[in-house]
Amino acid sequence: MKKLLILGGGTAGTMMANSLVDRLGTEWQVTVVEPDRHHVYQPGLLFLPFGMLDDRKLTRPRNHTFKRGVQWKPLAIRQMDHAKKSVVLDDDSVLEYDLAILASGTRIRPDMTPGLEDGPIAGVHDFYTVRGAQALRSALANFKGGRLVVNVVEMPIKCPVAPLEFLFLADDYFKRRGMRDDVELVYATPLDAAFTKPYAAKTLGYLLEEKNIRLETEFMTAEVTDRRLVSYDERHVGFDLLVSVPIHSGAAFIGTSELGDELDFVPTDKHTLRALQMEDVFVLGDATDLPSSKAGSVAHFQAEILKQNIQDYVADKPMKAAFDGHANCFVETGGGKAMLIDFNYDVEPLPGYFPVPHLGPFSLMAESRINHWGKLAFRPIYWHALLPGRPLPISPQMNLSGKKQIAS
Amino acid sequence: MTTATYTHVAMDKDGYLLNPTEWTMDLGEAIADDLNIQLTPDHWRLINFAREDFASKGQSPGLRRIAQQTGVAIKQIYLLFPKGPGKLIAKIAGVPKPKSCL
Ligand SMILES: Cc1cc2nc3c(=O)[nH]c(=O)nc-3n(C[C@H](O)[C@H](O)[C@H](O)COP(=O)(O)OP(=O)(O)OC[C@H]3O[C@@H](n4cnc5c(N)ncnc54)[C@H](O)[C@@H]3O)c2cc1C
Repeated sequence: MKKLLILGGGTAGTMMANSLVDRLGTEWQVTVVEPDRHHVYQPGLLFLPFGMLDDRKLTRPRNHTFKRGVQWKPLAIRQMDHAKKSVVLDDDSVLEYDLAILASGTRIRPDMTPGLEDGPIAGVHDFYTVRGAQALRSALANFKGGRLVVNVVEMPIKCPVAPLEFLFLADDYFKRRGMRDDVELVYATPLDAAFTKPYAAKTLGYLLEEKNIRLETEFMTAEVTDRRLVSYDERHVGFDLLVSVPIHSGAAFIGTSELGDELDFVPTDKHTLRALQMEDVFVLGDATDLPSSKAGSVAHFQAEILKQNIQDYVADKPMKAAFDGHANCFVETGGGKAMLIDFNYDVEPLPGYFPVPHLGPFSLMAESRINHWGKLAFRPIYWHALLPGRPLPISPQMNLSGKKQIAS
Repeated sequence: MTTATYTHVAMDKDGYLLNPTEWTMDLGEAIADDLNIQLTPDHWRLINFAREDFASKGQSPGLRRIAQQTGVAIKQIYLLFPKGPGKLIAKIAGVPKPKSCL
């Protein structure tokens, strides 16, 4: 029997295992290597600190997320040897493969910035891990006012809009508690604007003003000390509560096996999703070095492409499907509203409707309540349709019809 | 060196060279001059790395990659190219804006 090994069983790895297990037929054994016994619904981490989602809805036991026929190895990969087509696990056992899919995602690296590991005692928080989001929930509940700073240390990060969404929700949260006037909200970003795609910057810039969020741009954090962020060019931003989005890197074994770039992301063919420097290896989701956004929706669109390519690849046929960088995400804007943005490698976010041109129901680039419900409805869709690999009525390729063209 | 040296090469609105093959050392000097940076061998080491890396990888290196591959600390790079070294190095080296700055 031939072996397909999926390295990492998060959003991308689970979708892929479940959609390939029936399609590849009985001559293939599909195995997922994933050490974590619970699957986390990561978009929920944004809502947890504000008490908008309870902990029980955030995770599911891992064994409930795989379809029958998928074999799960609850261990971590320590090393990958692509010349020998094998991986070493942390109990020293070795697994060989005929075909591998790297889907080990990203991890946050507070250890790469001095002072970020000091944690809650030093007023330093994050919401990219379950423990971080829970600790932040208590810190927000006990916050008596002062300056709350959200800082992105370095790009790329997963879900690039999450830090802004956090600020919009924070604005709303403090208003509801009747203490917005006692809180100063600051967004410190290494980018030169809050939204960097030109049309998005123009249409969404008003949100920061409307919600009275101060912006500190091109801020490259060198260290955090004495409740201050210090940048490489010697600017200081003091805080009472810091919500940090630390540097992201790929999994540790990517680095030790020398498979990645300077942040351990794996060089990947933009369209076919094959690993550029390894035979019989594909890369999916946040683990790639692609310029597409690191988001669950992107992992989903990629998985649709990869599903077709892998079937062609194992049948020795040319791969026809090409990923176009398609991303779409709901952006929570606070007050029970959200907006939806849709873009790809070449086309920047445009106004219009999604997924059905002219009809929607979701409006692109405009705030609405139905978009917010769309974001909330995504959680059951995630568990019951996305992960099991059921088809969704959304094309992996971006659809331009019905979108309003804008003069640049 | 005067800015007149590069009025004939095409640049985008943010000052990145549109065609990296039009780059010359003189042009690099002239762009640096315009950005108020006096180039020393330490600067050139980073600029040359950015050019070589772009030639072999097809994309401009970000700040972290430049630091890691040349062994020059980020702090040090900021002293050489204050105010956004990733972008400044790309401009002077005549390569596109690094994607980590997008
Ligand atoms: C706060 C927050 C909000 C978000 N909001 C949204 C949103 O609204 N919309 C959206 O589309 N996306 C959102 N995302 C992003 C989305 O969750 C990720 O992009 C998506 O999960 C990526 O899937 P992945 O499989 O590549 O990585 P992951 O789902 O992170 O999975 C990687 C897996 O690899 C495993 N792994 C790591 N190292 C090893 C090893 N050594 N051996 C074996 N396994 C290993 C990990 O345990 C993990 O399970 C959000 C993320 C966060 C943090």
